[in-house]
Parts: sequence; structure tokens; C-alpha cells
Amino acid sequence: MNLIELLITAACGLGAAIAIMSMAGLSVLAERKVCGALQGRLGPNRTTIPLLGDIPILGRMITRIGIFQLVADAAKFVFKEETIPGHVKKFYYHLAPIVVLIPALVPISVLPFGSLDGEPMILANVDIGMLVILAVSSLGVYGTVLAGWAANSKYPFLGGVRASAQMISYELAMGLAILPVFLWINQPGSDAALSLSSVVSFQETHWFVYLQPFTALLFLICLFAETNRAPFDMAESETDLVGGFHTEYGAFKFGMFFIGEYAHIVFGSALFVTLFLGGFNFLPMFASPWPAGVVGAVLSTLWFVVKVSGLIFFFIWIRWTLPRFRYDQVMTLGWKVLLPLSIVNLLVVMFILMAITPVNA
Amino acid sequence: MPGKSKVMERKPLTWAEKTYLPQVIGGLGVTFKNLMRKKVTMEYPEVKPPIPDRYRGQPALVKDPDGREKCVSCQLCEFVCPPKAITIQPGSIPDESDDIHVEKAPEEFEIDMLRCIYCGLCEEVCPEEAIFLQDIYSLNGLSREELKFKKAKLYEVGGIREDSHFKWKKKKEAEQKGNAAH
Ligand code: SF4
Ligand code: SF4
Repeated sequence: MNLIELLITAACGLGAAIAIMSMAGLSVLAERKVCGALQGRLGPNRTTIPLLGDIPILGRMITRIGIFQLVADAAKFVFKEETIPGHVKKFYYHLAPIVVLIPALVPISVLPFGSLDGEPMILANVDIGMLVILAVSSLGVYGTVLAGWAANSKYPFLGGVRASAQMISYELAMGLAILPVFLWINQPGSDAALSLSSVVSFQETHWFVYLQPFTALLFLICLFAETNRAPFDMAESETDLVGGFHTEYGAFKFGMFFIGEYAHIVFGSALFVTLFLGGFNFLPMFASPWPAGVVGAVLSTLWFVVKVSGLIFFFIWIRWTLPRFRYDQVMTLGWKVLLPLSIVNLLVVMFILMAITPVNA
Repeated sequence: MPGKSKVMERKPLTWAEKTYLPQVIGGLGVTFKNLMRKKVTMEYPEVKPPIPDRYRGQPALVKDPDGREKCVSCQLCEFVCPPKAITIQPGSIPDESDDIHVEKAPEEFEIDMLRCIYCGLCEEVCPEEAIFLQDIYSLNGLSREELKFKKAKLYEVGGIREDSHFKWKKKKEAEQKGNAAH
């Protein structure tokens, strides 16, 4: 690999990181807007920037949607005074937000997000894609635990402990919920391995969400737990833990946790879309109508983004519908319900596959 | 209440309820219905809420329909005011005035709007119906001094209040005609 190629790859990676960050920012806004709407409110609609907000119709529209609120929030995080409490463990305190944010941005590199002339567009088309995702995205919990521990006070500590316990419990069920999908695409004679682009190309005609609805449900539940989203937001749980692991954080560092959390959600939605909702494929049973060339690439990417946004909406919708689980309920659900169910599900899928694949293949 | 209470039977959860899923879907339905409903937000500075009669807003002194100053500086309101927001300097009515028979009027009347808790006790206690809480709910200023409203300001806010008592006018007429007139 020469220098130019390296630079191009780096630029693409940066682009993907920026894309996921802006998606995360927009989902923060979406969260506030949707939450407002679900509660009969309007949500942020006042913040405006002089000149930009004064453009006749467009400016008012953007103001009402609340885009400028996003800018204001970001500016607030950047310009606020950084207070560092005296009792924290300094090094880890500074390290934790980085450890949360980076694993949320990395795994997008193995996710196919569009198709160019029938070939999936992907930053790194590796055949261990799913493994990379599982390995990297669970690193994020180290950041949470580290934050909880470095803050050196009781609520963050409890938050960190909860986060790690929850991560361990649901990681198992999640791994087992993904296996059936890969069993299915790795029928004899295929070389799909754990690559996500083969998952997507397999779903050209049929999506896994109705081929394996139960697997999809299990995976979705685990995804909520893994992204620390309500009703599983044990680590934050502001009613009993003040703010959980980020209690002692403020200003930019808190912003990093915040964006990290939403980046996890964006990525989680993208992963679910890839695994179960056909990725960038148009609709089940329809051939994808993407024209050849760049137009097709853009269209398929947009369609992927639309699907992801739909799922992000679902994430938000769930959050403002369900109350938070109690900690012991989370554990019971994880170990006594989801884990056995995912094992049974795996076995059932195995038997179905045995029944439908030709014996001598 | 005997005979009225109803004992609710605590049923064990059905299988479907134990999976929690029908409830989740039902809940999602409820919130989605809310999403579709009209928003209840009132966009305040542009849209003002309707203020009901007898709203307890900023207190102010009022004059009677003839423009006569009603307050007789009896200081009852000053006395009753829980946060001690009212300060009155009593004064006498000058001899050449038409209302000399009223004898007293406040020389200075001050309400500290930062202290006032809008309880309405001053209005309730006033024997002359001279102080009323207005429907003004948005009050602001740049300094503490600015929000200590003096008599002139209080009359400016309160203005003239319509009523048909004319207590002191009738008293004067009665005095002039003498008791025999009755
Ligand atoms: S409303 Fe209450 S607090 Fe305010 S001036 Fe009157 S008596 Fe005092
Ligand atoms: S406002 Fe009423 S209660 Fe207060 S001093 Fe005047 S007459 Fe008396």
C-alpha cells in the first residue's frame, strides 16, 4: 500500500467518522424533538443565528426545526469551563471519555453502507466484519467503567459497576442472537464467513427480519441493552444514581460521553439494518432499482440512511414509552430469559437449516 | 364507606403478559397517538395566556371614579403584609382640599415588588378598597431600587377603578344637609 492509497483510506475513515458524528448530533436533536412531540410539546424551536435565521422562509423553517439549537448545544459544550473535581483520578478521568467515544466511531468501517455498480461500498471489506464489531464496540464499556471508577465517588462507581455487569450479561445473548444469521448465510458451498457485505447481498430478495423474526427480536433487545438505552439505561439511571458514570464530568468531556452514547445508537441502528433489514437493498422481493454509477451509490446510501433514521426513531420512541427496568430485573431478563431463549433459538435455526439444506451438498 | 369499597382481585399474570411484549406494543401505541395529537405548548411571548378575573398579580393603588385617592393610610395593609413589602408614610390631607373630611392620605406609599408574594392579603384587609392586585404577571427591572414601586407609580398602574360606593362623598353630603335631612 503506497502513501496515496493510505491517505485516501484515511480520508474515507475521517469522512465516515464525521458522518456518524453528525448523525449522532442530529439524533440528539431528534431525541428532543420526538420526545417533545410524544409529550404534546414542540421541542426546541427558538434558537436562531442572526443573518442565517433571517433568510425569509428557510431561516424560519430551520429555526423551528431546531437545527440552531444543535449548534448552540455544541458551542456550549466547547466553551463551558472545564471543572475537574479534586478527588478524581486524573489520568483515567481524562482517558475515559476518549475510550467511550472511539469504539463508537471505529466499527462503522466494516459496515456496508451503499452499493456501487452492484458491489457493496464499505471501508474495509473484511470477512471477519461481525467479529470486529463485537470486539470493538464492547470496548466502549471500558470507558464507562473507567469513568465510574476514576470519578472516585459512589454514584459514578455504582453506574460503572452496573454498566459492566449489564454488558457481560447481554453480550452473551447478543452473540448467540447473531449466530443464526451467519449460520443461515454460511450454508454449504458459500464463503460468506462473518462478512457483513455477504449478509447484505444475501438479503437482496429476503430480509432476515421475517426469515428469523425471533432472532431479530432477541438481537433488538440486546442492542437496547448494549447501547445503554432506556429501558436498560442502568449505568445512567438519573433517578437513583444522579447521572451515573458521568456524574463528575462536565463541559466538553460530558459532551464526548453524550456524543459517544448517540454514536452507539446510530451504529447500533445501522447494524440492525444491515443484519435484519436488508442493508441498502430496496425492499424485500423487489430488485434494488439503483442505477449504475455514482447516482446509484448515492441513492442506495441515502436509502440506508433512511432506514437507519427510522430505527433511531424507534429507539427514541421506546425510550419515551417504557419506564426503566429495576437493576435486578435487568439481570433476570438477561440471564434467565434472553440467554436460554437465544440458545434455544440457535438450536431451532440449526435444525431448520438441517431440514432445508440438501443432505449431500 | 361501607358497601362502597370494591376489592380488586389480584390476578396472576397471563403468559402473554409475562413476556411483556403486548404491553410494550400497547405502550408504543399510546405514545404514538400522543405524537399525532395537537401540541399543547403555548408559545408564550407571542401568545399570552388568558388571565382569569381576580387573578393575583402585581398589587397597586386605585382611585375612585371621581379620581379621588382612596387610601387613607390606615396602615392595615402594611401591618398584614406577610413579607413586609409595604411601607407607608401617613400624611394629612391639606386644609384647602375638597376631601379634608377624609383627613388622612399616604404621604408616601411603597411596595417592594421583589418582596411581595402576591398573597392578596392587602387587598382583603383594606377597609377603603384602595389596593387591588392587578392582572400583571410579568414584572422585571434592572435593579432592586427600580422594583420598589412608589406611590406615583402605584397609582399609574392601578388607575381608576369603577365602583359606586362614593363613601366619603355621601358622608360629606350627609354632613352638609345635616342629620335632619334623613
Ligand atoms: S399581596 Fe401580599 S405580599 Fe404583596 S403587598 Fe399585598 S399583602 Fe404584601
Ligand atoms: S391601602 Fe387600604 S389598608 Fe393600606 S393603608 Fe391604604 S387604606 Fe389602609
